[in-house]
Amino acid sequence: MPLERVEITKVIKRYGTERALAGVDLELRGGSMCALLGHNGAGKTTLLGILSTLVRASSGAITYRETGGAVVTGDAVRREIGLLAHQSLCYGELTAVENLALFAGLYGVDDSPAALAALLDRVGLEVRARDRAARTYSRGMVQRLALARALLSAPSLVLLDEPFTGLDRGGALALGEQLGALTAEGAIVVVVTHDLEAIAGRTDHVAILRAGKLVFEERGAYDYEKLKDTYHRHAS
Amino acid sequence: MPAERPRQGVLRQAWRIAWKDLKVELRSREIVYTMAFFGAVIVVVYSFAFPSSSALVRLGAPGLLWVSTMFAGTIGLGRAFDRERENDTLRALMLTPVPRLAIFLGKGIAITFLVGAVALVVTPLMALLMDVPFFDHPGELALALLLGAVGFSAIGTVFAATLLKVRSRDVLLPVIIYPILIPLFAFGTEATAALLKVPADLDNAWYWIGLLGAYDAAFLVLSMWIFESLVIE
Amino acid sequence: MAVPRSATDWMVPVFGLLGAIGLVVCIWLIFTWVPNDAVLFFNQRIFYFHVGHAFNLFIAVGVCGVSSLLFLWRRTPRWDDLALAAAEVAVAYGAVVLVTGSVWAKAAWDHWWVWENRLMMSLLLWLVLVAYVLVRRYAGASADRLAAGLAVFGTVGLPFIYTMVNKGDQHPQAGTNGNVATLTGPMQIVFWLSVATFFCWFLALIASRVASTRGERELRELREQGLDAGLLT
Repeated sequence: MPLERVEITKVIKRYGTERALAGVDLELRGGSMCALLGHNGAGKTTLLGILSTLVRASSGAITYRETGGAVVTGDAVRREIGLLAHQSLCYGELTAVENLALFAGLYGVDDSPAALAALLDRVGLEVRARDRAARTYSRGMVQRLALARALLSAPSLVLLDEPFTGLDRGGALALGEQLGALTAEGAIVVVVTHDLEAIAGRTDHVAILRAGKLVFEERGAYDYEKLKDTYHRHAS
Repeated sequence: MPAERPRQGVLRQAWRIAWKDLKVELRSREIVYTMAFFGAVIVVVYSFAFPSSSALVRLGAPGLLWVSTMFAGTIGLGRAFDRERENDTLRALMLTPVPRLAIFLGKGIAITFLVGAVALVVTPLMALLMDVPFFDHPGELALALLLGAVGFSAIGTVFAATLLKVRSRDVLLPVIIYPILIPLFAFGTEATAALLKVPADLDNAWYWIGLLGAYDAAFLVLSMWIFESLVIE
Repeated sequence: MAVPRSATDWMVPVFGLLGAIGLVVCIWLIFTWVPNDAVLFFNQRIFYFHVGHAFNLFIAVGVCGVSSLLFLWRRTPRWDDLALAAAEVAVAYGAVVLVTGSVWAKAAWDHWWVWENRLMMSLLLWLVLVAYVLVRRYAGASADRLAAGLAVFGTVGLPFIYTMVNKGDQHPQAGTNGNVATLTGPMQIVFWLSVATFFCWFLALIASRVASTRGERELRELREQGLDAGLLT
């Protein structure tokens, strides 16, 4: 069942003596794109890690709810999460198609060549590159493959960590458009990025972290100027 | 939205992950070649360390066989998990709805194959260079080595996966797993020594092989049970 | 066993004092009251320190293993504090066991070290403990998980180490023909007194170590509060 709402309550994360998150409260809603902003080391990646269930919060809780409000836990949550991380999360020695077939098998979704080809068409990975080992790809191609892997299971919670790096302007704007489409389909989209231009006009929820704390949060329409202004005012 | 297929069994998923590892390895053969070469070099170094064809070699051979396999296995283990770190793919595996047990088993099966491959190279080489009759009881020796590989892989997989993001992982991996593996190493050596006796002491050999089995069973259960709670940050 | 704040406050002085008194009494009794051993004569007197520490070593290892398991299960920092304290105390006690054992071995067998079962077992156990401390120090942010895993695996490995070394027994024994249970008269009294003394030390050391770890954490949390309130920079 797709997720409709994620509640982050008083989340603290410590790494040894370092405090990466210092009590964050945030609510994420379906059909909304949250821009999670802040300087390096503000805790954005840690928060994405906790949202992706792969990092345990030192204290506090994350509640995943599906439509109707029932709480979802365990494997069922992971089925609904699509993650685009700093690294590609794909095997360099395998081809794009092999990578997707492997993960399709693990997610238990359609791994037929036609389905995988359709997905690769959607992210715009050139046909002739699809049967080459992924380590030979350019940064932009890797990013497209990574996106295809993230969207493979038709996730309802899409987490993206700097998705626009390595893409040219056209690619970045096209990706921004795709994220907008995902949001329109009802997914919860969380974007960590410094590329405010690519998300301008699409994000409707801005959250800014500073030194592990949420210093600003607002829902509403954001154009580029407003986004830039808000970011510079609150991030440092 | 792609149609969801019925959930597949843990073993099937584990095999999917193991097969992925083996496919990557079959393409580059990097780990098998380097591990086998390293194992062979250790054997050659030993054959200089001990005066050859003396009684010493015969007494030391069982231990040398297990030491070389374990050292070479550690190299392969480290490298196999380096591959998962390069693009953070272990995280991708952990993120799938597959039970973590399947991920542990998949990686463990792949490592077992690698260690087994090393043993296949090192054993005949030692038999040849040191003139040790390893092949008088091939079935028992193979079983002992297989059980050794399974135990090594189970413990190695748990800690190599946990160490994945730690900077000093290359040093800490042996620091952690060797003390735990010493009983396995000792049982294997004793079993091999019993097989090399003239005449072979089969009763004793089976006693030690049984202990290897018990050790594997205990640590497999523990590893399967604890893997998830160790690997999640 | 998790000690609430107030408990560590009184445990350190009380058990420290008991341990100090016990130590003086023990040394006095060992050299003035206990008779010479029938076989090992005067040098048997080191036994009271040696086995006294060994007893508590095993208690410390048990505490470390159990609290590590609880930490992995619950992720409550207090179990981790206790495991760390127990491991560090165990390293110290293990060092005493090995050193007194070595001194005794020199007197009894004229060798500082003999590859003998119980020596090997203590050494292996000690190696696991030292590995634990190394991991705590050098594994960065994952240190607590890794060390807890090592402690749990090490504890499960204990029976195997025991089986491995227990193939025959030539360890010097307390009495002429048996073990601790066959001690009689003054020997028995002084033996249990020394075990109790070192147990008091053990409690005092653990309590003070737990208190210092907890103090560190509280200080850090206060500092964070100060930062949050803008009082500190």
